[in-house]
Amino acid sequence: MWEYTNKVQQHFLHPKNVGEIENPDGIGEVGSLACGDALKLTFKVDDKGVIADAKFKTFGCASAIASSSVLTEMIIGMTLDEAAKVTNEDIADRLGGLPKEKMHCSVMGREALESAIANYRGLKLPMAEGEVVCECFGVTDLEIIRAIKESNLRSVEEITNFTKAGGGCGKCIDRLREILVATVHQGIDIKQIAEKPKRMTTLQKIKKIEEALEREIRPGLRKDGGDIELVDVDGDFVMVSLRGSCTSCAKSQTTLKEYVEKKLRELVLDSLIVEESK
Amino acid sequence: MMNPEDAVYMDNNATTRVAPEVLEAMMPYLRDYYGNPSSMHRFGGQVGAAITEARKKVASLLGAEPEEIVFTSCGTESDSTAIFSALQSFPDKRHVVTTRVEHPAVKNLCENLDTLTGHKHRLTRLMVAADGTLDLQKYEEALADDTAIVSVMWANNETGVIFPIAEMARIARERGILFHTDAVQAVGKVPINLKELDVDFLSLSGHKLHGPKGIGVLYVRRGTPFVPFLVGGHQEKGRRGGTENVASIVGLGRACDLAAAHMAEENSRVKALRDKLEQGLLSSIPHSMLNGHKTDRLPNTANISFEYVEGEAILLHMDQYNICASSGSACTSGSLEPSHVLRAMGVPFTAAHGSIRYSLSIYNTEAEIDFVLEKMPPIIAGLRQMSPFWKADA
Repeated sequence: MWEYTNKVQQHFLHPKNVGEIENPDGIGEVGSLACGDALKLTFKVDDKGVIADAKFKTFGCASAIASSSVLTEMIIGMTLDEAAKVTNEDIADRLGGLPKEKMHCSVMGREALESAIANYRGLKLPMAEGEVVCECFGVTDLEIIRAIKESNLRSVEEITNFTKAGGGCGKCIDRLREILVATVHQGIDIKQIAEKPKRMTTLQKIKKIEEALEREIRPGLRKDGGDIELVDVDGDFVMVSLRGSCTSCAKSQTTLKEYVEKKLRELVLDSLIVEESK
Repeated sequence: MMNPEDAVYMDNNATTRVAPEVLEAMMPYLRDYYGNPSSMHRFGGQVGAAITEARKKVASLLGAEPEEIVFTSCGTESDSTAIFSALQSFPDKRHVVTTRVEHPAVKNLCENLDTLTGHKHRLTRLMVAADGTLDLQKYEEALADDTAIVSVMWANNETGVIFPIAEMARIARERGILFHTDAVQAVGKVPINLKELDVDFLSLSGHKLHGPKGIGVLYVRRGTPFVPFLVGGHQEKGRRGGTENVASIVGLGRACDLAAAHMAEENSRVKALRDKLEQGLLSSIPHSMLNGHKTDRLPNTANISFEYVEGEAILLHMDQYNICASSGSACTSGSLEPSHVLRAMGVPFTAAHGSIRYSLSIYNTEAEIDFVLEKMPPIIAGLRQMSPFWKADA
């Protein structure tokens, strides 16, 4: 059983603003039956550009219904410009948080809102025009890139939690990894990390990385008067700081990528991305 | 915490209530008789006698010999033991036959054999028809000279569909291939007589038949080549190392006795309750359908799909009335896709996401069935009102 907050349970058991507005000013429809969740949002806008009423219809689990319900509550009374700024994090926060595997429910809410606003303004959403990466859930690269940037995602698992991409057959996992790297940090040879990753907790990663640094990597660097410190591990991103003669070495970036990263991938996890902390 | 007395418990394929008689039988071995059955002194030796007694009871329920019973920690351990044993006994045979609808204990093991053993394997996963049944001809065609073992569940945990194990085991025997069946859902619900069957390995789990959790059995037919999975002391005649889980073994013995005594009730009264529930739901709720074969099915299981609504939402509404059941929806499967069993049967997405499994036991009453029949229609109707796919006139 999921650990839902009281707020989620409340909105699930007694949802607000269920239904469909007749002759709405804006309609947003996202998701599908195949995906397991879908949301249709309709709203009315008054002459001052304020959302006067909003209703939803949702097919999905408790958190999908709760996210939709709380979203309508949030946006009624907002101007369209204010509503356009609502993020999925705002929705999740209003519910007192969502289980991480359920974050995609709040993303669905934000997407429906965005699509309804675009519909009102007669605009076409750029998201749908991207290249479909996850065929199981119809997620495009633009949606994934946006989620990575907005929610500061740092691993493929997090991308799946937020967008559902990669949660079906898993065929697109390699591609997700490429997008993750390209989005977070341009200019890395993304082909190198197309291997399927194993899953590890951050704590496990830190321990193993420290071990590998101590046993395999530091001795080599120290021979040349250099050293390395582990600064942080964030998803698959490993932040390190070079010390000693490494700091002034022209080849330090090559050392980082060709030596440190290669070693850590070999010894710890083949999806790790090593970066210098500045 | 929810009061156990309040639970309308219809999730017996997940786990069952420990029968009061079972708990009573176990207590002395938790409280007083803590000796090690392997010890030389009488204090330990008398505990060994209790294990012998329990072994006889388990054997009797299965129509097996006591020495063919190996106690393990769970159904999963039994499954792993059987399959790894066969692969190690026949190192030149690297083909395994199973189905698309196995429990994860067999499914995930078979799908990862290469990584787990370091050897390359061939795996045939038999498809099922829309009603969840297997095609025997396809099964025969799948068997090959290098097939080490066939592993097919006796009854499916999600739909209750029963497979023709007697026939399948006979065919495997004719070809000289070992046959394993995961009978975790079948033991105690349908009669099993291993003397009349060509089954080499059979797995069962205590907590599915009103015994405690943490105890399982692997039946190993006498004369079947065997390599232990847990290597250690001489317990279980060297077939499974580790000090015996005495109280649970005693409890399982008692549970097997009770299961034999309740077998007729399970197949008459419980089955009648299940049929009433199933027919009641299908007739009172439009756009609902049964998943699985109508008759070749466990007497306690009904898997029903309610179209256009999602399983987790249904379960949480049921939970408000203390009704306990399961769903094959994506949100409850731990992944983002609905149950592999329903997908293998080709159940459309509209229905797979809204599937609910009701699994009964002898502890269910007619009043509980009436209660569920009263509560379900408004729950489904309420969620459909909210669903963008539901058309009131549909």
